[in-house]
Amino acid sequence: MTNSISRRSEIRSNELAWYERMLEIREFENQVNALFASGSIRGTTHLCNGQEALDIAIASLLRNDDVVAATYRSHGIALALGLTPHSVLAEIMGKATGCAGGVGGSMHLCDKSVGLLPTSAIIGGGMPIAAGAALSFQIRKQDRVALALFGDGSTNIGSFHESMNLASIWKLPVIYICDNNVYGEYSRINLTTPIEDLHIRAESYAMPHEKVDGMSVYTLREALERAIERARSGGGPTFIEAKTYRFAGHSRADQAPYRPVGELESWKSRDPILVLENQFKESGKLTEDSIAAKKMETEKRIAEIVQEVQNDPEPLVGDIFKNIWAGSRS
Amino acid sequence: MADMRVRQAIVQALSDEMSEDPNVILFGEDIAAAEGPFKTSEGLLDKFGPERVRDTPISEMAFTGAAVGAAMMGMRPVIEIMFMEFLGVALDQLVTEAAKMHYLSHGEYSVPMVVRASNASGLGFGSQHSQTLENWVVATPGLKVVTLSDAQSAYSLLRAAIREPNPVMFLEPRILYAERGPVDTSIKLEIGKARLIQGGNDVTMVAMGNMVNVAKQAAKQSSLSCEIIDLSTLVPWDRQTVLASVKKTKRLIVVEEAPLSGGWGSEIVAEVTSNLFTELIAPPIRITTPDTPVPFSGVLEAKFTPAPDDVTRQLKYLVETNQAPKPWWVMAGLH
Repeated sequence: MTNSISRRSEIRSNELAWYERMLEIREFENQVNALFASGSIRGTTHLCNGQEALDIAIASLLRNDDVVAATYRSHGIALALGLTPHSVLAEIMGKATGCAGGVGGSMHLCDKSVGLLPTSAIIGGGMPIAAGAALSFQIRKQDRVALALFGDGSTNIGSFHESMNLASIWKLPVIYICDNNVYGEYSRINLTTPIEDLHIRAESYAMPHEKVDGMSVYTLREALERAIERARSGGGPTFIEAKTYRFAGHSRADQAPYRPVGELESWKSRDPILVLENQFKESGKLTEDSIAAKKMETEKRIAEIVQEVQNDPEPLVGDIFKNIWAGSRS
Repeated sequence: MADMRVRQAIVQALSDEMSEDPNVILFGEDIAAAEGPFKTSEGLLDKFGPERVRDTPISEMAFTGAAVGAAMMGMRPVIEIMFMEFLGVALDQLVTEAAKMHYLSHGEYSVPMVVRASNASGLGFGSQHSQTLENWVVATPGLKVVTLSDAQSAYSLLRAAIREPNPVMFLEPRILYAERGPVDTSIKLEIGKARLIQGGNDVTMVAMGNMVNVAKQAAKQSSLSCEIIDLSTLVPWDRQTVLASVKKTKRLIVVEEAPLSGGWGSEIVAEVTSNLFTELIAPPIRITTPDTPVPFSGVLEAKFTPAPDDVTRQLKYLVETNQAPKPWWVMAGLH
């Protein structure tokens, strides 16, 4: 998996790569959406359009030996961390070349070489696992951190509260990041949760917490740097609430008819790609021409990958019996 | 060879593994300072310190999940679920996370963790603290399931479980904690291998946990030649040993502490019947608990599990008539 590692290094060292990777994630999700609509993808998909800044901020700061426990909405974080669009799309299409050999699907992405733990399709599933990974770092006196990335809906499940409490009393080097995209499945957050700012929930666990603009890579990075520094230096866990917005529906063909009129459009004016684009234009890192060229290059590259993956081999039927038991021959 | 109680054998196994492997860590509710509600971690905090022996909040989901994460990073956590029922609030982490990680990571991660839990009836804990509940976890490829039946198996199977590269559910019938037995610390028992308790020719009795003792007493007072197998591991269970035994005795009785419907005994009976149908001279039978919750009253709880007399009666009926007897609770006039 040297390819994931080189892609990971790129995003840690090169600011322009943040922009390019965001374009890649957006175009990737658009193609997944089209492939799903045309029947080329089975099961389900959960797109991350609108939430790319957070994925990029995380990947640009964590080290390869840190770990991330994420959710079923993980195409973006997987690509940001370095998994190749080929291996992620192949997994989503159930191909043998997918990052889990096609047994996982869209909700189950993994790559140990860049620290992506198998993503969980259970709300709250990754939160105590991140605490446990952090516990092992603490006991072995390693300066690694674990990060759990989850949605706003997760803050209403028991696992969230149990994990935050455990992480706090054990002062674990873990960062809990809530991607508050306003919707938990088909329900707007205000219908399921009596508070608007979810980060205050950390207060009852005596855990440092903050909310941050989830549409700006730079702002997110500042908050994350504080949290990572705290975790690495023995200061314990942090809870960050990133205010983002889910541009797509919850899953599959959900067109999100439940949104208030104008809400999506209002958030789209702060599209995280646009925000970074404007910052780079101001600083002279990008021009209209270079932006157009990058967009064209990305579309072309993803289109080629779609073609390649469609021609990739299906898993062998005997793969059903693989990797069930560790230590046994498959 | 030392004589020790089952709970002491557990402490010894944990201590020996912790001495040999710094990656072995323990956590659970009241296992450190209080040394475990059943004294199954006595002395371990003093010996190994608070980094490796930890009390947790009453948060089974969090600490079971923490064991998953720590195991994925290469530690060997052994956690204690005080009563098996408490796993209900943490089942996701064991069945849906731990048991799937190797599979979903294309073999990149493994989860070498042990979940110890006390289970089963007999001590007056009532219906929410007395079930065996193996059936919550047996149909979970990726998760091994083991039950101890005496001090030797407590010691040797727990050590094997800690060395397993896969998650293991390790069940400890609570009524056995105080039982004494010889322990030879050099004996290695393998997960997935049944133990032959005694040889015999008339009938094969397959049991687990405290029902091994019940089967032994029943066999003794029946004067029949009974082959008794302690299954020990439910996943993956030792088909080879059971099938070879029944091929010889041509009769099978499963003695199981769990409700008749939906228990693991059905699995054993089905597999034996499918493989040895024409060689059997009697229908395979299950001697289980009735389809009821576990009652509290001492009088009722004593009648909830089959007593040696009940098993003897079933045994004799089967061998003498080659017909399946009615359930023991019907024979005993309870229902």
